[in-house]
Amino acid sequence: MKLLILLVIILAVIAIAQLTKVYELSRSLRKNKEEEISAADNKLNANLMLVWMFLFFVGTVFLYVRYGDYLPVSASEHGADVDKLMNVNIWMVTVSFFIVNFFLFYFAWKYQFKKGRKAKFFAHDNRLEMLWTLVPGVLLAFVIVYGLITWNKITGPASADAIQIELYSRQFDWTARYPGENKTFGTASYNLISTSNPLGLVTKEGIRAKMDELDAQIENVEHQLAENKLMPLMPESYVATLEDKVSRLKRHKQRIADIDENSVNGISTWESGNDDRLVKGEMHIPVNKEIEFIFRSQDVIHSAFMPHFRSQMNSVPGVATRMKMTPTVTTAEMRKITGNDSFNYILLCNKVCGAAHFNMQMKIVVESETDYNAWVAKQKMFKAPEVKETADTTLANEPKKDTLATAMGAK
Amino acid sequence: MEATENTHAQDHGHHHHKESFISKYVFSMDHKMISKQFLITAIVMGVVAVMLSIFFRLQLGWPGEKFQILNAFLGDKWAPDGILDRNAYLAMVTIHGTIMVFFVLTGGLSGTFANLLIPLQIGARDMASGFLNMLSYWFFAVSSIIMLASLFVEGGAASGGWTIYPPLSALPQAMPGSGMGMTLWLISMVLFVASSLLGGLNYVVTIINLRAKGMKMTRLPLTIWAIFVTAILGVLSFPVLVSAVVLLLMDRSMGTAFYLSDIFIQGEALDVTGGSPLLFQHLFWFLGHPEVYIVLLPALGISSEVIATNSRKPIFGYKAMIGSILAIGFLSFIVWGHHMYITGMNPFLGSVFVFTTLLIAIPSAVKAFNYITTLWQGNVRFTPAMLFSIGLVSTFVTGGLTGIILADSALDVNVHDTYFVVAHFHIVMGMSAIFGMFAGVYHWFPKMYGRMLNTKLGYAHFWLTLVCGFGVFFPMHFIGMAGAPRRYYSFSEFEFLDWVMDLNPYISIFALVGGAAQILFLVNFFHSIFYGQKASQNPWQSNTLEWTTPVQHMHGNWPGALPEVHRWAYDYSNPEHEEDFVPQVVPLKPGEHAH
Repeated sequence: MKLLILLVIILAVIAIAQLTKVYELSRSLRKNKEEEISAADNKLNANLMLVWMFLFFVGTVFLYVRYGDYLPVSASEHGADVDKLMNVNIWMVTVSFFIVNFFLFYFAWKYQFKKGRKAKFFAHDNRLEMLWTLVPGVLLAFVIVYGLITWNKITGPASADAIQIELYSRQFDWTARYPGENKTFGTASYNLISTSNPLGLVTKEGIRAKMDELDAQIENVEHQLAENKLMPLMPESYVATLEDKVSRLKRHKQRIADIDENSVNGISTWESGNDDRLVKGEMHIPVNKEIEFIFRSQDVIHSAFMPHFRSQMNSVPGVATRMKMTPTVTTAEMRKITGNDSFNYILLCNKVCGAAHFNMQMKIVVESETDYNAWVAKQKMFKAPEVKETADTTLANEPKKDTLATAMGAK
Repeated sequence: MEATENTHAQDHGHHHHKESFISKYVFSMDHKMISKQFLITAIVMGVVAVMLSIFFRLQLGWPGEKFQILNAFLGDKWAPDGILDRNAYLAMVTIHGTIMVFFVLTGGLSGTFANLLIPLQIGARDMASGFLNMLSYWFFAVSSIIMLASLFVEGGAASGGWTIYPPLSALPQAMPGSGMGMTLWLISMVLFVASSLLGGLNYVVTIINLRAKGMKMTRLPLTIWAIFVTAILGVLSFPVLVSAVVLLLMDRSMGTAFYLSDIFIQGEALDVTGGSPLLFQHLFWFLGHPEVYIVLLPALGISSEVIATNSRKPIFGYKAMIGSILAIGFLSFIVWGHHMYITGMNPFLGSVFVFTTLLIAIPSAVKAFNYITTLWQGNVRFTPAMLFSIGLVSTFVTGGLTGIILADSALDVNVHDTYFVVAHFHIVMGMSAIFGMFAGVYHWFPKMYGRMLNTKLGYAHFWLTLVCGFGVFFPMHFIGMAGAPRRYYSFSEFEFLDWVMDLNPYISIFALVGGAAQILFLVNFFHSIFYGQKASQNPWQSNTLEWTTPVQHMHGNWPGALPEVHRWAYDYSNPEHEEDFVPQVVPLKPGEHAH
């Protein structure tokens, strides 16, 4: 391959050198002016218009034939509608493409310059102009209506018995969270994220542990500051940095204290997370069941793209986004359809998010509901880190209960 | 002190005082010189942007291959052993996009042709404010220098894509390119917008106030109409980008949280809550979409002029063309949400944007059909400018059609941020605008430099660029439909994409040849400035006013009185006249009706 590139570069350089030589030669020989396009030049370019049109069309047809089956049949319910819509659009676009490009290049060839001929003075024609305002107008009206009908089908609210799965993104991996037996997600807060708690699920113990950790940090920094007061050795800027750090840590504490405890179906959302299943690398979903994905992001914007299901939604820090989808073809069936025994559905990140963006993926397995249930039951439950009880609780004000808000109100 | 002030005042009394090198070539206030300054700056920026694209095309065509040339240009840090670094790849992609969209196709295209053509085609001595015009160029120049400098800072240039979505662009912890490189990007962009606004205001004011006697708005060449609407779009939308950028700068360095909320990154829960990343996207695309037309409309204006002149026919449907430009300009402000269908924006709002976006296809279709009808029964003379204009119509149609798919929210879900989008906008916006720019350069080079470009080299340049341009971008539709996301460093991690990826080496070869073909243009351009054939006054037998000025540039453009306009710009092959062109300054014959 390298050799090929080298060859191309060398050829290009030679071609340019030759052209420059021709240019120099022709300059000295030529008598006529640059602006007078010779009959031969006009003819050459007019013919090249036709040649190009031919190549362009043949190339297009080749690409359609060779690469037209861009993806296997849709593996989701709405995907079938989307594919239909896509096919209608592609047909329309392709036919227009051929017609318009044909007339463009054909006219350019047909009406090439002839000495002595005078062009037709044809400045406007209301009927023609009306025609090509109305025809695209009608076609577009069709496209708009058809498209919006499909769009509304895709984006309506998920049904009440849809299976909820949270997809949590961060640089550079995905975590799927299943709500567990109680069918309720535990509250999550970015303020509680740690290595043992990558999604920041809220539990009483977790809060206490984090508060202790922050208190220890505050104490440490305040101790340094107090020592410096007795014997001022630190540069002033460093003192300012430390003071800033103390107030940041205190605000962090305050944000944790502000986390609300809700209750859904009679269970506290600080406890309903205990049986949540967190899974990395591979996500299982049941076939023919509606699934509502809830997307959250830890750091920057990511986008969950599942090309085989014709689904995509951004995952935005600070906002929970949602998308529904009903898979219709299991992984095993799709392996048969594609004739590829190692075929797997895939979830990719489709919003640039950093250096490893190109490899931020997750395998998706579609299987029967029984297999799915068995698989979920096998996954490890979330467990809050164990902490020893300390006498003085740092929770100055116990969070109030709020039964109205939903469990997903992640702070 | 008083004495100097006196002489200064006297100097202003004269029209043509002697000029120093600095006032003539550097801080010039003459619109023709400023136009050339814009063009040459844009060419320099364009060369950089093309080189960046060649660098990342090498990686995409042959991922993991070692190219010593990369190492030679980028050094051990960004291309160790000749393999492009992953962060460097994103920086190249980002700066390629930024330079092409803003510096080449906005600053370069509008700056060059608005400055050159407005006074010459409306019959004015110069721009309304020569001083603002000079400032406009120098803001552009400084912002270009800062953008180039950002390639050399530690951590590399901005790397979040040319759309720089926060939080990625707001947090230096998120990626190396979000450090100093991003700060410079933002500062450069603020200066760039200042340049655009100074230029834009000047263009609007000049076109409204300084038209020659008889130059009614309905007699303006379509170039001027296109530039006029472009300038209005810029003046209305660029301030919004500035506010977006300034808020981002504040988020980055002053601890505000306009775009940030609930973020945990690099082991730290950030102290920011309440902002929204989507706010940035709304602000950005409120500029971003009109920006597409800021790039495209001047190119369409140029091609209207070139196609009419070289078909020796009036442009078909002059009034419909003006109407389309106005309609496109208006609609471009209410379609920005089509960039955000899958951001979690309310789906109903998405429906509204589907409707407004698809409406744009109607005026666009009218324009395309009018171009083709202009060719019909014409007497087509293939100058290089004409070739590029015909090419433009093809790219405009081909790329525009795929816009119908992208505008449809239900379909956008599948192809959003994939190579399909890359194919779409490179063809409809990139190729069209650059073709328009080349058409303009080939057509008005005699007016700019008083010399001719070599026609044969122009032919070679066009055909290679056309074939390679489509060769690069057309196959990308299929890669995108297969589900390949854009801005991926490599596709080796996804088995389901393997089968379309055999297109990538061919795309890269087209890119290499197409890039090399631009050397033909560079050689032709710089050689002809000094050694080109001397131009005659009206080489293309054109009707517009700029061809009534002397070949040798002078302050004030016309030696005597300003010309008086008696007819529209498109009296080509008028049956009531012997010649196949009738310049706008020719009075009506007795009994002849003004068009």
